[in-house]
Amino acid sequence: MSIDTERAQQEKVEPPPGPVSLVRAELPRWAPYGILVASLVVVGVLLAVTGGFSIGLFVFLSAVLFGLATYLVSRVVEGARKATDRLVTIVVTVAFLIALIPLISVVITVVTNGLARFDAAFFTQSMRGVGGANDLAGGGYHAIMGTLIITALAAVMSIPVGVLTAVYLVEYGSKSRLARAVTFFVDVMTGIPSIVAGLFSFALFALFFGPSIRLGFAGSVALSVLMIPVVVRSTEEMLKIVPNELREAAYALGTPKWRTILKVVIPTSIAGIASGITLAIARVIGETAPLLIAVGITTGLNLNPFANRMATLPVFAYYSYAAPGVPREPFIDRAWTSALVLIIIVLVLNLVARLVARVFAPKTR
Amino acid sequence: MGKAIDAKNLNIYYSSFLAVEGVNMTIRPKTVTALIGPSGCGKSTFLRSINRMHEVIPGARVEGRLELDGKDLYGPGVDPVGVRRQIGMVFQRPNPFPTMSIYDNVIAGQRLNNKKMKKDATDDLVEQSLRGANLWNEVKDRLDKPGSSMSGGQQQRLCIARAIAVQPDVLLMDEPCSALDPISTLAIEDLINELKMDYTIVIVTHNMQQAARVSDFTGFFNIEGTGKPGHLVEMDETKTIFSQPKEKATEDYVSGRFG
Ligand SMILES: Nc1ncnc2c1ncn2[C@@H]1O[C@H](COP(=O)(O)OP(=O)(O)OP(=O)(O)O)[C@@H](O)[C@H]1O
Ligand SMILES: [Mg+2]
Repeated sequence: MSIDTERAQQEKVEPPPGPVSLVRAELPRWAPYGILVASLVVVGVLLAVTGGFSIGLFVFLSAVLFGLATYLVSRVVEGARKATDRLVTIVVTVAFLIALIPLISVVITVVTNGLARFDAAFFTQSMRGVGGANDLAGGGYHAIMGTLIITALAAVMSIPVGVLTAVYLVEYGSKSRLARAVTFFVDVMTGIPSIVAGLFSFALFALFFGPSIRLGFAGSVALSVLMIPVVVRSTEEMLKIVPNELREAAYALGTPKWRTILKVVIPTSIAGIASGITLAIARVIGETAPLLIAVGITTGLNLNPFANRMATLPVFAYYSYAAPGVPREPFIDRAWTSALVLIIIVLVLNLVARLVARVFAPKTR
Repeated sequence: MGKAIDAKNLNIYYSSFLAVEGVNMTIRPKTVTALIGPSGCGKSTFLRSINRMHEVIPGARVEGRLELDGKDLYGPGVDPVGVRRQIGMVFQRPNPFPTMSIYDNVIAGQRLNNKKMKKDATDDLVEQSLRGANLWNEVKDRLDKPGSSMSGGQQQRLCIARAIAVQPDVLLMDEPCSALDPISTLAIEDLINELKMDYTIVIVTHNMQQAARVSDFTGFFNIEGTGKPGHLVEMDETKTIFSQPKEKATEDYVSGRFG
């Protein structure tokens, strides 16, 4: 008999080390809450006694104590693996809550300040003749329309260019030199600061119409420069995950390549493409700098993007805040309301993106 | 319907890699031909070169002649799209279009190519193709449901229905049963037996019994070693291949003595 088999037999006789039972000691379900309350109380009392109570310190110390206490208690009762699990859960949750703080804070600030002028007048009046002794309420109607028109034009230009570029990259380019060059420039474009896009557009139009040109359309061009790379990237990702088998199935039925793309590849990925586009729109609709340069601001309603200045929500908010009239307060209020309307528009766009994704998604039932 | 295929000194490449070398093969109209051989010997590659699906892969190309009823499929000016309309294909993994209903999947060949058809002509074609694929009774009440809502075996038969709905002359099948249970497999084998009345069928399979059951002729592909090109060892009537093949390698393979 060889040594190996001998050892194997010996091992078989000896029971494996450690507890055989599958059941392990476990903290009761209320334990985490109990520890949390205990930590809060302990830290609260300690701070009150030392007299240095502040809400930030209180929350921070409680979180640290809660994490440590949970780890130690769990380690003693449940063992190392479970304790680590609990600790990591706490760390992840805290990180999530920290990430939420700025978001919630922004929403609360904007809503509380913006509600003051969130009225019918804001949605029906422009700023023509408002200010000074005039007691008109004034509103952002012209800015809302300007934002919608300029963004819509930008979308109309960016979506075909972006989607077709992505189709080229995924379906036709396949690592050709041109495709690699396009990918490179799209990457570069993604990183362009928005003010550069505005300067580019302004310089372009100034070339033809002189340096005093301000135009809604120039703003659309600037936004397109920012939007196209986002559309290309998201569409590209969506096209890439369409399984090759579907393309081959279409080819095998005698379908030309362009029809395969149009009728199989794009319909299969349309949900992702559409939500990517919506998010790209939401991304550029709040841009301020390029519009400040290329479009300027005006007090009256201008619905024609091809002539004269237009007002847009971000720029309107900026000017109302940076250069208010006298008295100041109504201007500041209108700035906040503009911000609120902008947030609402972005929120709606995000909801639309989800809806679109759900409507277009391939049915499985 | 049902045309002959002739391969003459066919070399098939992936870029510079010679995957299959010197295939000479004659496939008679309205017969079932099985292609067998070890993994990686180039069965799929050869099959895909018959309907010019091979060249979909970047860098893939073919040398030699491949004839459909005497006409060179790789001749100058031949449109691969036209070739694929005459030579249909069923893949190893069922791949119904997820965006289309069962109904639309069956007539995908027409829909994708914008063929205008009357409603009742389309209905007839759908029923006839689904009956042809032994699927009609299972799905006739839910034709508007998506194709991906069916079992794997049903999906594969849907893909066969889709392939025969364009009425090709030849049907290529690459291991159509490898993902299916024995009952679905049997259904598809029965189907192949019926389809050979109208179509020329070439089927790749790893299942010797299946080759013996469904095919009239069998071609055995082999490969010397990794990196070497695959080649056709011999091709003959199926019962000859399985009882008294000319080559020792074939005998070893079909009897399971393959290293
Ligand atoms: N897309 C490809 N690019 C490069 N080489 C490939 C490609 N597909 C297959 N090959 C190579 O071609 C040779 C033949 O492959 P093929 O898929 O035809 O084998 P097969 O006989 O169908 O094998 P299996 O029975 O496993 O399906 C293999 O060496 C394989 O590595
Ligand atoms: Mg194969």
